[in-house]
Amino acid sequence: MSASTAIDWTKRRAEPSALARLFDWKPFLVIICLLPAVGLLMTFLTYPLGLGIFLAFTDTTIGRRGVWVGLENFEYLLSDPLWWNAVFYSVFYTAVATVLKFGLGLWLALLLNQHLPFKSLLRAIILLPWIVPTVLSAIAFWWIYDPQFSIISYLFVDVLGWRTTNIDFIGSAWPARFSLIFANVWRGIPFVAISLLAGLQTISPSLYEAALLDGSSSWQRFRFITFPMLLPILAIVMTFSIIFTFTDFQLVYAITRGGPVNSTHLLATLAFQRGIPGGQLGEGAAIAVSMIPFLVFATLFSYFALARRKWQQGEAND
Amino acid sequence: MTDAAVQAAPGNSATAQPETMQWDSRARRVVMLWIPLLCFLLILLFPFYWMTVTAFKPNAELYDFRTHNPFWISSPTLDHIYKLLFETSYPRWLKTTMLVAVCSTVLSLVASTLAAYSIQRLRFKGSQYVGLAIYLAYLVPPSIQFIPLATMVHQLGLFDTPFALILTYPTFLIPFCTWLLIGYFKSIPYELEECALIDGATRLQILRRITLPLAVPGLISAGIFSFTLSWNEFIYALAFIQSSESKTVPVAILTELVTGDVYQWGALMAGSLLGSLPVAIFYSFFVDYYVSSLTGAVKE
Repeated sequence: MSASTAIDWTKRRAEPSALARLFDWKPFLVIICLLPAVGLLMTFLTYPLGLGIFLAFTDTTIGRRGVWVGLENFEYLLSDPLWWNAVFYSVFYTAVATVLKFGLGLWLALLLNQHLPFKSLLRAIILLPWIVPTVLSAIAFWWIYDPQFSIISYLFVDVLGWRTTNIDFIGSAWPARFSLIFANVWRGIPFVAISLLAGLQTISPSLYEAALLDGSSSWQRFRFITFPMLLPILAIVMTFSIIFTFTDFQLVYAITRGGPVNSTHLLATLAFQRGIPGGQLGEGAAIAVSMIPFLVFATLFSYFALARRKWQQGEAND
Repeated sequence: MTDAAVQAAPGNSATAQPETMQWDSRARRVVMLWIPLLCFLLILLFPFYWMTVTAFKPNAELYDFRTHNPFWISSPTLDHIYKLLFETSYPRWLKTTMLVAVCSTVLSLVASTLAAYSIQRLRFKGSQYVGLAIYLAYLVPPSIQFIPLATMVHQLGLFDTPFALILTYPTFLIPFCTWLLIGYFKSIPYELEECALIDGATRLQILRRITLPLAVPGLISAGIFSFTLSWNEFIYALAFIQSSESKTVPVAILTELVTGDVYQWGALMAGSLLGSLPVAIFYSFFVDYYVSSLTGAVKE
C-alpha cells in the first residue's frame, strides 16, 4: 500500500499541469488574488473620487456633459447662504452629537463592564438601534416627533401636565436641529458603548488592584488607568464616528429633508438636493468635495490628538 | 466606588473580597448601576416598542390618545400589515433588497478573502501598504461618492437595475471585510500551512483545505456585517434606483409609502417593523459573531 501511494505521489509531482504551475507561481497568484478587490475598489471607489473632484470644476447637469468652469462652483458656494448654513449645521451636528455619543456611550460601557446577569443578552439588545436600518428607525422618530400625535407631547401635556401646548419638534429651526441630533445620538450610542466595552475588557484587573492598594479614589482610577488605556481605541472609534456623523444623510433626509426652511440641511443632504433631484451635478459635486477638507481635518485631529500610541505603550514614558 | 468606600479601603483592603470593596451597599449598586442602565434600555428600546404598538393599532385608536391609552393596544389589528403586504409592492421590495444584500455580500466576501489571504499570507513586497490602502478606503464616505457614481452608473447603462447596487455596495464592504479577515488569518498558525507546503500542496489547495475551514468564524462575522450593512444602505439605493418596483425596502418605505400630506402612520410603522425584522432576526442568530467582528475590527 505504501508503495502504491509513493508511486502516485511521484507521478503527481512529476508533471503538474501548466495551469497548476501558473497558480503556484507567487507573483501571478498575488495578482489573481488581489484583482477582484483592487479592481472593484479602483473602479467604484478611486475613480469616482477623482471623477467627483473633476465634476466639481465643471457645470455638468443631468444629461448634458459639462465644460470646465474652474472655481466658479466654489465661488458660487461661498456666496450662497444655504451652503454656509449647511456648513454651520454639519459642524454643530457633528460636534454636539459626538460629545453626547461618547459621553453617554462611555458611561453605558462602564455600566456594562460591571458584574451583571444576562450580560450577553443585554449587549445584544443594546446593539439593536445600530442594527436596524437607519431610515426605518428615523421614520419611527419622525412619528415620535409628530406635531399633533407625538407621544412625548402626550406625556408632557396630558400625563405630567408640565406643558399646555404640544412640543414643536421639527416645525421650527432650533428644535428641529436638536431633535435630529437626539436621533443621531440614539443611534450612535450602542456602537460607541460596545466598542469601548471591548476596550475596557482588555484592561488588566491587576492594574486596578494595584491602584486600590495604593489608596486611589474611583475617579483617580478612571482618570489614570481606564481613560489612558482606552485612548487608542477611543481615537479609532471617534475617527469613524466623526466621519460618518459629518457625512450623515439618512436621518436628516428621512425626518426633515433639510427643512423647515432649509435650516437642517447637512452638506450631504444639500449635495443630494442640488445634484440628483435638482440635476446640477457639478454643483452637487462641489458641495460634496467641500466636505473633504473638514473630513481630513477631523480625522487628523482625532487621530493625532488621541492616538499617542507610543506614549500609551510606555516607550517615551518615564 | 465613592470616596467613602476608598477611605475605608486602605484599612481592610488586604482581607476584603474585591466584590465588597467595590460596592459597599446594595442600595448604592441600585442607584449607580441599575437605574442608569434601565434608563438607557428604556430610551434605546422605546422607538421599537412604539413602532410595534403603532403597527398593530387600528386607526381610530392611533389618533385618539384621550379615550385609549396610547401605550397599549385595546383592539389589535393586522390591517396595516395586510395593506402593506397585499396592496403595495412590499414583497417585491423585500425580494430586491434580499437579492442585492446577498449578492453584494457574496461578491465582497470572495474578493476580500482572496485579498486578505494574499496580503497576510503571500507576503509580497509592499503588502502592508496595500492593506493600509484598503483600510483607508473604508474612510471614504458614500455621501461624497454618490454623485460621480450616479453619472458612472448612467454611462454603464446600469441605472435602475439591481446591478448598480450589487457592484457599488462592495466599495464599503470590501475594506471592512478585508481588514477583519486579515486579523483572522493572522490568528491561524502559519506552521499548518508550512506543513502542507512541505507535503506538496499547492497554494490554492492550502487556501481551500486549511486556511478557509479555520477561518469560518471570521467569514461568518464578515458575512453578517456585510449583510446588515447592505440591508441598511440608503443613499446609493436612493440615487441609482428610480422605478417603484425595483427599490429597496428602506428607500421604498420612505418614498412610496409617504404620500401627500396625510401620513399613513400605521402602514409606515408596519413597513418599518417588517423591514427591520429580517435583519434583526438574522442578527439575533449570530450576535456573538457580530459583536466580535465589530470589536475585532475596531481593535485591529
